[in-house]
Amino acid sequence: MKNLMLIAYLDLKESLRAKWFLIYSLVFGGLIALFFIAGITESQVMGFSGLSRLLLMYIQVTIVILPIFILITTVRSISGDRDNHTLEYMLSFPISLSQYYWGKISGRFITVFLPVFLAMVAAILYGAIKGAEIPWSIFLLYVGLLFAMTSSFLGIAFLISSIVRSSEMALGIAFFIWIFLLAFIDIALISIMMQNRVNDGVIISIALANPMEIFRVAAISLFDPELTVMGPVAFYILDAMSQLTFVIFSILYPTLLGLLFAILGYNVFRKKDLV
Amino acid sequence: MIEIKNLTKKFGKAISLNNVSVSFNKNDHIALMGANGAGKTTLIRSILGYYHANSGQVLINGLDPIKNRIDVLKDISFVPQLPPPISLNLDDLLGYIEKSSGVKREDIFYYTKEMELDLQGNLNKSFFKLSGGMKQKLLIAISLAKRSGVMIYDEPTANLDPKARDNFYRLLKQNGDEKVMLFVTHRLDEVKDLVNRQIYMDLGEIVSDEKI
Ligand SMILES: Nc1ncnc2c1ncn2[C@@H]1O[C@H](COP(=O)(O)OP(=O)(O)OP(=O)(O)O)[C@@H](O)[C@H]1O
Ligand SMILES: [Mg+2]
Repeated sequence: MKNLMLIAYLDLKESLRAKWFLIYSLVFGGLIALFFIAGITESQVMGFSGLSRLLLMYIQVTIVILPIFILITTVRSISGDRDNHTLEYMLSFPISLSQYYWGKISGRFITVFLPVFLAMVAAILYGAIKGAEIPWSIFLLYVGLLFAMTSSFLGIAFLISSIVRSSEMALGIAFFIWIFLLAFIDIALISIMMQNRVNDGVIISIALANPMEIFRVAAISLFDPELTVMGPVAFYILDAMSQLTFVIFSILYPTLLGLLFAILGYNVFRKKDLV
Repeated sequence: MIEIKNLTKKFGKAISLNNVSVSFNKNDHIALMGANGAGKTTLIRSILGYYHANSGQVLINGLDPIKNRIDVLKDISFVPQLPPPISLNLDDLLGYIEKSSGVKREDIFYYTKEMELDLQGNLNKSFFKLSGGMKQKLLIAISLAKRSGVMIYDEPTANLDPKARDNFYRLLKQNGDEKVMLFVTHRLDEVKDLVNRQIYMDLGEIVSDEKI
């Protein structure tokens, strides 16, 4: 445990000094600032108003860009250390492979989660100062979603990082997975749907296996269905399940999925040559 | 102390270690030599437990370096062929070594002084920003401060100036008692005062092994 925290701490410190982290924090902090400057909180569109509208926009942008951020910055964490022989030296000291691996993941989790979380907290604080009403339930749900998103994509990234030998390759695969989850699954599903041969339940289940889709639906799940432009998938799901069930599922499933990928990644890491 | 039995390691189809058997005992100070690509580094990495062998066995004090990683590595000091571009600053790197291996910071300071490296003035510098020779001096100082029973050096003097080389050999001579010391080197004359055993490798095999 002591060594795990040591590795996490060192990874955290290394990230804080890295340029990608600065850009990363600026992007998400900047997003919130931009929304305020653009007056999103004051406008009234489609029934959303104030902070809840701002948070919704924030989470919708985050769902698209957070995964690729996590993937490209993390996918090289182990494969990069292996490529440049850092791993060869660092692992010549008596720490166990599980301490190293889980320490790296823990450190990365904090680095990735904190900026997106704090940006949202900043929005709430600023909103409160300006006298806006604070939508606590939406805030809490989104914190959960950010947590689940971070877990699932970190898990995927670490799995890739342990499997792939070169960090160039890891980057390519990460990009492919992102595009795949973001767009290809939806396009494929729509074309299946149009052929009308498979029943809706199957299509919805496939859609729900995709964490990115879950986040999209969960992001609007607390709003009144009458007011939102939901799209058929979201509408169907929220019709079929109770809101609470879906909210719990949307946080639990991606988190567990990430953990599963991370465990798989650890087993690969442990069984392969280290350098 | 180190027992290698019928060790074979292949990368794809290429054989890097071909049925190697050798043992190293206390007070063996070995010069490990051989052409580029002979398998020297592969042998060392197998001792450190980095590779899963195709067949054969490595035992260090009776322990498997993969299964008993922690216990085995507690007693090994290692300086790699090329200093890696570690991005931690020296302070954090020392912290890592202190906490993971119980090495005392003052010991590292002592040996950096012996190696004529200014550690205090560079504590906040990133390791990879040091010059090649400074990196090697620090890694050497760490390897000595760790006071291990097994000391492994994979060509550590490549970037050292003549004075630093002398310091390095002097320190090893002072610290070699009751230890296994393994040097990979291409220049026997440099280490001949230090070693008492000389092993040649070629194409993944040990072709000669003699005491001197
Ligand atoms: N990770 C690896 N993947 C594939 N081949 C490898 C790997 N590591 C080593 N080899 C191959 O194994 C052989 C032995 O390499 P090794 O690094 O052990 O040589 P060496 O004796 O240390 O050489 P040098 O004096 O140049 O350092 C080489 O043919 C090398 O290409
Ligand atoms: Mg070598």
